[in-house]
Amino acid sequence: MASPSTTPLLKDELDIVIPTIRNLDFLEMWRPFFQPYHLIIVQDGDPSKTIKVPEGFDYELYNRNDINRILGPRSSCISFKDSACRCFGYMVSKKKYIYTIDDDCFVAKNPSGEDINALDQHIKNLLSPSTPFFFNTLYDPYREGADFVRGYPFSLREGVQTAVSHGLWLNIPDYDAPTQLVKPLERNARYVDAVLTIPKGTLFPMCGMNLAFDRELIGPAMYFGLMGDGQPIGRYDDMWAGWCVKVICDHLGLGVKTGLPYIWHSKASNPFVNLKKEYKGIFWQEEIIPFFQSAVLPKECTNVQKCYIELSKQVKAKLSKVDPYFDKLADAMVTWIEAWDELNPAGGSAKLANGSA
Amino acid sequence: MRTPPSLLSLTVDSALLNLSNISDLSPLPEHILLDLFLKTLRAGKLNEKVLKLFIATGKDEVLALIRSLNIRPIVDPVLPTSKSQLKISDDEIDIVIGALRTDLTAFLNDWRPVFSRFHLIIVKDPDLKEELKIPEGFNVDIYTKSDIDRLVGSSSILFYGYSCRYFGFLVSRNKYIVSVDDDCFPAKDKDGSLVDIVAQHAANLTTPATPFFFNTLYDPYRKGADFVRGYPFSLRSGVQCALSCGLWLNLADYDAPTQALKPEQRNSRYVDAVLTVPARALMPMSGINIAFDRELVGPALFPALRLAGEGKLRWETMEDIWSGMCAKVVCDHLGFGVKSGLPYVWRTERGNAIDSLRKEWEGVKLMEEVVPFFQALRLKRTTVKAEDCVIEVAKEVKEQLGKVDPVFGRAAEAMVDWVRLWRAVGSSSS
Repeated sequence: MASPSTTPLLKDELDIVIPTIRNLDFLEMWRPFFQPYHLIIVQDGDPSKTIKVPEGFDYELYNRNDINRILGPRSSCISFKDSACRCFGYMVSKKKYIYTIDDDCFVAKNPSGEDINALDQHIKNLLSPSTPFFFNTLYDPYREGADFVRGYPFSLREGVQTAVSHGLWLNIPDYDAPTQLVKPLERNARYVDAVLTIPKGTLFPMCGMNLAFDRELIGPAMYFGLMGDGQPIGRYDDMWAGWCVKVICDHLGLGVKTGLPYIWHSKASNPFVNLKKEYKGIFWQEEIIPFFQSAVLPKECTNVQKCYIELSKQVKAKLSKVDPYFDKLADAMVTWIEAWDELNPAGGSAKLANGSA
Repeated sequence: MRTPPSLLSLTVDSALLNLSNISDLSPLPEHILLDLFLKTLRAGKLNEKVLKLFIATGKDEVLALIRSLNIRPIVDPVLPTSKSQLKISDDEIDIVIGALRTDLTAFLNDWRPVFSRFHLIIVKDPDLKEELKIPEGFNVDIYTKSDIDRLVGSSSILFYGYSCRYFGFLVSRNKYIVSVDDDCFPAKDKDGSLVDIVAQHAANLTTPATPFFFNTLYDPYRKGADFVRGYPFSLRSGVQCALSCGLWLNLADYDAPTQALKPEQRNSRYVDAVLTVPARALMPMSGINIAFDRELVGPALFPALRLAGEGKLRWETMEDIWSGMCAKVVCDHLGFGVKSGLPYVWRTERGNAIDSLRKEWEGVKLMEEVVPFFQALRLKRTTVKAEDCVIEVAKEVKEQLGKVDPVFGRAAEAMVDWVRLWRAVGSSSS
C-alpha cells in the first residue's frame, strides 16, 4: 500500500524517536507515513548546533543541555556521542508506543515495487498477539492468509501480548565490523515475507535501527546502556537492551516479534571505526551471552522495573569481574530506572519544559 | 586410622570449589599455587579463564609447569562465516514415499525432473489392495504388506496409512532421506522455476544449524546472508543439522477445525527463508515434506501415536506431530539442529475438513496434554545415542502420560518396539 491509510493507526498513541547529529532530511521521504505522528528528536553531540527539521512535522527536540537540565545528576546514565542517547526519548515520551528509526534509513520497496509503510506493519505486529511458547512453522498465524498449523495446541492459540516488533533492513545489512571488513560489498537483497515470534528462552541480537515497542509493557527495560564518549565500548547499546528486554519479556510472558517490516538502510558506517568501538564487545559478549542465557528472575519481580533492578544486581554480581565497566553499567541501570520512575510516576505524567520545538 | 585432612588442604579444596569467584591468585605462595593448579587439572576445571588467572600470577614455577604440560589457551577465532558445505553425492540420498493411493503415475512424472537421479523407496499402504502403478525410468524399490510382515514380524507398531513410510526409513541404507506425501507436487519459486526440494533439503542438512542464538537474518549460511552484529562468534560454527522441515503452498498443513472454518484459505505466501528452530522451542513437525540424516536421528522418527479414529487424511493423524516432538527433544539433547522453512511443495486438495473434524478432535485434545510434558522433559546427560534417547523418552511417556490416556501407553510401547526393530533391521549400513 503506497498511500497511508485515511486514519493513521494509533496516531495519538505513538511517538517516533529519532537520534541525530546531522540534519533530518531523510524525513522528507517518510513524510507520507510519518507526518501524522509526533516526533521526539534526541540531538546528540554539540548542543549549539541547530538541527533543521523539515516543515510540517510536529516534534519536540532535546539536546544534551536539555537532557542535563531535565535529569540533573541522573543524566549520567544517558550516553553522549552515541545513538544510545535515543533512549532518553523513550523516557520523556508520554505515549503508549514508540517507533525508533535511524536517520540513514529510508522507505524500502516490496517485491511488487510498492513503498513499504514500515510504521503500519510495526503497529500491526504490536497489536496482534505473539506466540512464544510453541513455534508455528507458518510464521505469524495472525497475518492475513496464515494460521496455526496442525498440531499447534489450541490452548496456546490466543497468544500473549506483543511487547517488541523488530524490523529488518534491505541493502546494507546490520553486520559487525569483522564481517563488514571481509564482505564490504554484500547487500541484503532477500525480502523474506514473514513475521515470527522469537521463542521463549531464546536470545537474539536486537538492532535499534527499525524498532517499535509498547512503552507501557516494556519501556523501562529499553535502556540502551553506557556507550560512546568516555566508555570502552560502542555499537552494543541496542544489543544490551535487547538481551535485557528478552529476558524480562520471557519472565513476564510477553512476546517479541521479528521480521517485517523492511526499511532501506543506505549508509554503511566505516568498518575500521566500528571495529574500534566493537572490539571489547566482541570478546565480552562471550561472557555476556551465557550470563543472560542463565539469568533467572525471581517470582517477586512482577513488573518491568523490579525485573530490571534485579537484573542490574545480577550484572554487578556476575559481570563485574569481566570488566569494571559492568559495575558502572549496573549502577547506570539503576539510575535509569530512578529517572524513568521520576519522569513517569504511576498515575499521571510529570510536566516538563523541553527544548525548542 | 586415616590422617584427618590438614587445614591447608581443606583451604585448597575450598579454593578449587570457588575458583569462579576468585579474581586474583597472586597473593598465594608458589607451592600452594602449584598444588591448586594440579588439583584444578585433575578436577577437570582448567578452562581459559582459570588458566589466565594462573598465568597472571607471573610465578616462574607455575609458568614453567604450564609450558612443560604444553597447555595453551584456545582462542575463539573471529573468522568470516565458513560457507563450506558438505558435499554429498546422489547415491547417499533415498527418496521415501508412502503410497496411500495406487496410481502414482502423475505424481512421479511430475517429480521426475527432481527425483529421477535418486534411488526411490516406495512403501505401499498395507490397506491398499491393488498393485501400484509406477511409470518407467525410476530406480525404485517397492515394499508391500508381505515385505513388512516378513521383516517386522509381530510388533505393536502398525504400518498402516501414513505410517507405512517409516518402513521405508527402516530399510533404507543411505545417509539422507527425503520424504514427501503422495499428494504433493513440485512448487514454483518466486522466479517461476521448479523448486528442487532434494537440493534444498540437502543444502539444509549439509550446512550447520544455529539453535543456541537466533539470527535475525535467518540462515546465515545461505548465499547473500550472514550472522548479524551481536551474534557471538563462539556460536558461529553452529551444529550439525539433523532434520529439515519443509513447507507447503496451496493446501497448508492446517488441522481440520481451521480448514473447516476457512475452506477457501490457500497458502500463497512464498517465504524465502530457512531458519533453525531454537533449542528448547517446541514445534509441530509435519511429516508432509521432510528430510533427515538417518545416521544421526533415524531412530527418533517413528510411528507411535496412533489415534483411535486415525484415517487416510493428514487431518486425521497425529503420528508425525508426536514423532516430531520427540525428535526435537532428542535433537536438542544431542546438540543437533532442526531447520524449518524452504523448500516448498505444492499440496493438492484431498478430502473434506468437516468430515475429518469428527476424527481429529481426539488428536487436538491429546496435544493439550503433552505440551507441559515436553516443555519439562530433560534427558540424562549420560544418554548419548539417539536410540537410547528414544528409550528414555518412552519411559517418561509411559510413566507421566500413560495414566492420562491409554494411547500414550501404547505409544511408549511402540517407541520401544521401534528401537528394537531399528537395532535388528535398521542399523546396518550397506
